[in-house]
Amino acid sequence: MQKKIKDISIVIHGAAGQGLKTIELFLAPLLLQHTGFYVFSTSEYMSRIRGGNNSVEIHVSTSPVLAFVERIDLLISMNRFNIDHLCDRITKNTTIIADHSLIAEKHSLIQIPLLDNVQNGNEKTIPNSIVIGIVLSLFAISPTHYIPEIKKYFSKATANQNQQSIEYGYQLTDKLCEEKKLTKYKLIATTAKQDHLISGAEAIAAGAISGGCNFVTAYPMSPGTSVFTHMAKAARDRPIIIEQVEDEISAANMALGAWYAGARAMITTAGGGFALMCETISLAGMIETPLVVLIGQRPGPATGLPTRTEQSDLNLVLYAGHGEFPRIILAPGTPQEAFQLTQKAFNLADKFQVPVFILADQFFLDSLYCTDVFDLTQKIETHIIKTDSCYQRYQLTEDGISPRGIPNYGDGIVCVDSDEHNETGYIAEDKKTRITMQNKRLKKLESIKKYAYAPTFIGSENFTFLVVCWGSNYGVVQETLQQLNTTSFAMLHFAQLYPLHPEAKKYLHQAHKIIMVENNSSGQFDSLLHREFNVRSDHLILQYDGSPFSVEGLTRQLQHISNEK
Amino acid sequence: MKNNIALTRYDKNKPDIAWCPGCGNFQILRAMKLALEELNISPQQAVVVSGIGQAAKTPQYFNVNMFNGLHGRALPVATGIKLANPELVVIAEGGDGDMYGEGGNHFLHAIRRNPNLTHIVHNNMVYGLTKGQASPTSQIGFKSPIQSVTDMPLNPIAIAIAQNASFVARSFSLNINQLKNLLKTAIQHEGYALIDVFQPCVVFNKVNTYQWFQEHTYDLPNDYNPYDREKAFQIAIDEHNLALGIIYKNHID
Ligand SMILES: Cc1ncc(C[n+]2csc(CCOP(=O)(O)OP(=O)(O)O)c2C)c(N)n1
Ligand code: SF4
Ligand SMILES: [Mg+2]
Repeated sequence: MQKKIKDISIVIHGAAGQGLKTIELFLAPLLLQHTGFYVFSTSEYMSRIRGGNNSVEIHVSTSPVLAFVERIDLLISMNRFNIDHLCDRITKNTTIIADHSLIAEKHSLIQIPLLDNVQNGNEKTIPNSIVIGIVLSLFAISPTHYIPEIKKYFSKATANQNQQSIEYGYQLTDKLCEEKKLTKYKLIATTAKQDHLISGAEAIAAGAISGGCNFVTAYPMSPGTSVFTHMAKAARDRPIIIEQVEDEISAANMALGAWYAGARAMITTAGGGFALMCETISLAGMIETPLVVLIGQRPGPATGLPTRTEQSDLNLVLYAGHGEFPRIILAPGTPQEAFQLTQKAFNLADKFQVPVFILADQFFLDSLYCTDVFDLTQKIETHIIKTDSCYQRYQLTEDGISPRGIPNYGDGIVCVDSDEHNETGYIAEDKKTRITMQNKRLKKLESIKKYAYAPTFIGSENFTFLVVCWGSNYGVVQETLQQLNTTSFAMLHFAQLYPLHPEAKKYLHQAHKIIMVENNSSGQFDSLLHREFNVRSDHLILQYDGSPFSVEGLTRQLQHISNEK
Repeated sequence: MKNNIALTRYDKNKPDIAWCPGCGNFQILRAMKLALEELNISPQQAVVVSGIGQAAKTPQYFNVNMFNGLHGRALPVATGIKLANPELVVIAEGGDGDMYGEGGNHFLHAIRRNPNLTHIVHNNMVYGLTKGQASPTSQIGFKSPIQSVTDMPLNPIAIAIAQNASFVARSFSLNINQLKNLLKTAIQHEGYALIDVFQPCVVFNKVNTYQWFQEHTYDLPNDYNPYDREKAFQIAIDEHNLALGIIYKNHID
């Protein structure tokens, strides 16, 4: 028997060290390619290497999915003792597959021997592979499809044992289905139009490569490290220099040195690491040397929740560095946007000679999204000039942008100075030079504004409520509004946070009520909108428990707001 | 000091120099210009990266590519420049506070990373620019408006040899010829090269004066073997007789 479904949320639960990531990476692409469904997957894990409670949610649907849902349709637990941390999300409609009777005391479940390392032929079973087998069986994905994948995800030494465990899980599940204890899932949709699966981190790395990034420095810190890892992988067969340095201060200075000498460098970090870079960001502003920084946000202050998500470093990035100088802040909401804007970040940094920040978060970086093929029409733009013998690095121009030379390309010499400097680049302390140079640097903001990326508006023009969001909340707001299915709600998503695109004002002024959705505790973007446009949200929906918004949670909050009159 | 004789294409026309008359920095500046000229390196090809301090102002006063960055951060910047364009001749330059205090972590890790660059530290055993506070190399008993030093001074030569640095030398600014030759060897050396240069600060360090350095230093003999790490370490930890010359090299060029 097959259950006809439109949408299913599968959650796999286990401890660190049980191979949840492998399950996710193995299953998600197979489900996408062989069921015709859209797939989205997101994981939550604790900051530990062994033990604890972690889970991955694989959301399979007939329409595009980009968000976390609370609902669990199928829960498979590899935990020996309890599934307590998922209790709130379990309902009578949740099918639970688990091993141990301790869980069975509280929930009705289908028991499958996942953990006992059953003798299976001449090998013992492996729990995560049995789980893979169970899901493959439920979606009737045939061995001809999954067998070739095994060697990609498992080591040679264990591949055989993994395969046998997958088959063991598969057959057990087939049998349970025949006995009508479990039901197979059957698609009712046509095939998914987006057939690429990619993490936010990979999309950013791909954008960086397409933006001509050839130099990456970092000191490891979650969740920024995932981008660093993808860049390091890409560097194996590309001319990209990867340097893991002694600290974030070094990372920032080395990247700045690289840009000065003609490279296109990126730093990857998280809020805490970025805090250490602030003096160097100010240096980049002063010497007008480009810089691209990827910041993966996680809950702070201090070490906070190292493996969870938050959007609380906007203010840090907005105000980072002493003194006043222009900057650009981007916060992509989809993989396509992440690719395009990261690529653009390099062009903007090069053109305007300012630091450009890509503000992502753990949820976005680590989740797997379906996406269209990336748009490759945007080109690498470089703005380096060949110098002549009278070259002056800070030559005064109409728009404040001085032609940028690099050492040993032309007859000039290139002098950059963190002290206030004259046009040649040498230290100068007189008031006139100071004012001239400060005005020159600030003037660049006017040109930068002309290149701002417009916010995305989705909804009917006759909306009443404007739901405003930025960065990774694109997906959850979009899905929630689709479910609410009413013309009174529209969404405005910002993927460029600074400087803001002037068009945004139109929507903000048109809104009867503005509802701001942010993953932080103080409404940082709301404050920025107030500062820039003098508008204030009527409602703040804030979440700062370390988890992303869920579609159900946001639906409840929006319904509550629309009901109160 | 004979600092204003136009010697090379590295000379700037009438630089407005902010150093005190008699400061050892003038000699270091001159030795650098001579070394680069004698190696026939063009100002376009050379980049001097400095931090902040009196020493770090050196590249302001001659005609060369300059990255005058942040206090303590010259080494990572220089490493980035060298990695991005290995054809450049890259020199990182600054004071003892700059390089051994604020930038101490970068010093340790530059040795490990071993980029092909020259690291010049003007060691005046005091913070000059901020007017006379103790530095990491100030000696016990040194008195400043802030403190009478009780902490052990940092020994950059011993640290570098302990870390098996590629090239470790020490010089005294007054001996321009020796310094120039050491600079030339260091620039030509493949890998990270440290030159710690004793540089009298005539205003804020009344202990480690020209005379004091003359009395406490000696030149390593011509037949000294810089490849013997243990011997080099012994020399490095002798705090009374301070050796000048190439103290240690971890490979033959
Ligand atoms: C981050 C930071 N901290 C402090 C300073 C102030 N400061 C400038 S130079 C300096 C010390 C200078 O001593 P040293 O590096 O030995 O150079 P010198 O002036 O003696 O040549 C200090 C503390 C600064 N510019 N930046
Ligand atoms: S303060 Fe000392 S180090 Fe600075 S210029 Fe004067 S003498 Fe030289
Ligand atoms: Mg000093």
